[in-house]
Amino acid sequence: MHPAYSVIFFTTASGAGYGLILLAALFGVLNGVPLDPWFGAITLGLGTILITGGLLSSTAHLGHPERAWRAYTQWKSSWLSREGILATATYVPLVLTAWGWLVEGSLEGPFGVFACILILFCLLTVHSTGMIYATLRTIRAWHDRMTVPGYLCFALLNGALWFHAISQMFGYQTPEIALAAIIGLFLTFYIKRKYWRSIDTIPGPATPESATGLGDIGRVRLLEPPTMTENFVQREMGYSIARKHAQKLRRICFFTYFLIPIILTGLTSSSDAWIAVPGTLLAALSASVGVAIERWLFFAEAKHVSMLYYGAERS
Amino acid sequence: MTLLPPKGKKKLGLVIDLDTCVGCHACAVNCKEWNTGGHSAPLPDHDPYGADPNGVWFNRVHTFEAGEGTASRTVHFPRSCLHCEEAACVTVCPTGASYKREEDGIVLVNEDACIGCKLCSWACPYGAREYDTDAGVMKKCTLCIDRIYNETLPEEDRVPACVATCPASARHFGDLGDPNSDVSHLVEEREGKELMPELGYQPVNRYLPPRTRQKDQGASGVGAALTPVTDPDAEGAGRFLRWVDRVLSR
Repeated sequence: MHPAYSVIFFTTASGAGYGLILLAALFGVLNGVPLDPWFGAITLGLGTILITGGLLSSTAHLGHPERAWRAYTQWKSSWLSREGILATATYVPLVLTAWGWLVEGSLEGPFGVFACILILFCLLTVHSTGMIYATLRTIRAWHDRMTVPGYLCFALLNGALWFHAISQMFGYQTPEIALAAIIGLFLTFYIKRKYWRSIDTIPGPATPESATGLGDIGRVRLLEPPTMTENFVQREMGYSIARKHAQKLRRICFFTYFLIPIILTGLTSSSDAWIAVPGTLLAALSASVGVAIERWLFFAEAKHVSMLYYGAERS
Repeated sequence: MTLLPPKGKKKLGLVIDLDTCVGCHACAVNCKEWNTGGHSAPLPDHDPYGADPNGVWFNRVHTFEAGEGTASRTVHFPRSCLHCEEAACVTVCPTGASYKREEDGIVLVNEDACIGCKLCSWACPYGAREYDTDAGVMKKCTLCIDRIYNETLPEEDRVPACVATCPASARHFGDLGDPNSDVSHLVEEREGKELMPELGYQPVNRYLPPRTRQKDQGASGVGAALTPVTDPDAEGAGRFLRWVDRVLSR
């Protein structure tokens, strides 16, 4: 599948934003961090910038961005519509939680409820992003049980690492956040490993024989494509540049999203500020690069079943 | 609404005979010709005479090889929208632009509501939808909705453009929901195939597989011995013709 940069930026940025907001709200409600207004403004503000920037960039690949409001109408059947509605609805508890944290200085009573609703909406939004991909039976690599957990894990992992870095900047010694980041790292590593093993070993059900109905004659292969030049379907679904480098990119991805962050988090988070701040910041930056590569691979490695009509031998 | 309508009785669609299709691409060309002035007009046509011609086509003809050795077959394979009963291109649409008609099962795009997100083209296993970069909307086969119900056309022309033009009569149009229709009989007689049934989209269109050969033939595909058109020993064949026959038989 062709990896549109706007979609990759959207899913990684907004994923990190929802993860960051979720962890801030969670630790805020559980009194895990001081409810300092500046700390709240920076964590919730950065999260808001990430999700808003992501949402705006996702409209950049549309043919008619001015009609984007229409995407709020088909929540009954479309996960893309549900994602749009949930993403927009999240701003309500976000503003109310920010009010509690920044103005009232408390996340108790009704503001605690708003923060819990915010956590739920962050999870639901990222879940529906994953479901857009996971429900496409046409793309084996996306129609996988690990797709949605993958989206959720990467959002939480990125959010945890950024939250950790920001709290270090404020001089908060919070081993709980470091622990959350390390749990997130291992969970993501496990899910992603399982995902890659699954797509490498279990092919899609369709074959050139079933795609043409000619299986009774024997093995089917393409003799002539319909046109000499590539058409829309081939350009959009037949993207194959990355597959050649997939193993190498997976390794780079593993280093950047897992190995470097886990070493940096483990070694630096309990040190003095002059080590801990750059260390945890680098961990978050490295993971963000890793997630962007992972998301790019998620697209570039995915084969669309329609390519069986253009010479693909398996789906 | 992009929820699928309740399943209707009428299922208009195409039956494509892979035995008689000669791969001439006339269906694809006439489709483009009609539809660039029809319901989804215009269809983009970039650099048509240049090095990289590009544009939207609703119908494309692939050629496959099936089987091995002397038993193998070259099969021309026209591919277009199959107007699925479980059309995921409809249900994934976030705006309601993509829809399936309850009255005849035709899947269409309302171009005024399409935001051009392309998700429907990702959801189609058959690669039937093509994006119009000029208009910023998705386009697809309309089953020539502007021909089949068009009362200004003579009745015999009220069929999709691809069907009307096929010189080999390899394309048939009709109601596949009616077990007594001509197309349904054809599917039954020739054991018409559903494409990729394992994905569960329940396409309406059917493909008739090539007929099995009647006798063992050589690699050329020509019968081992042709029945002579004329019998050289027959009465009335003169000495000259018999001599020609002998010379040519050497």
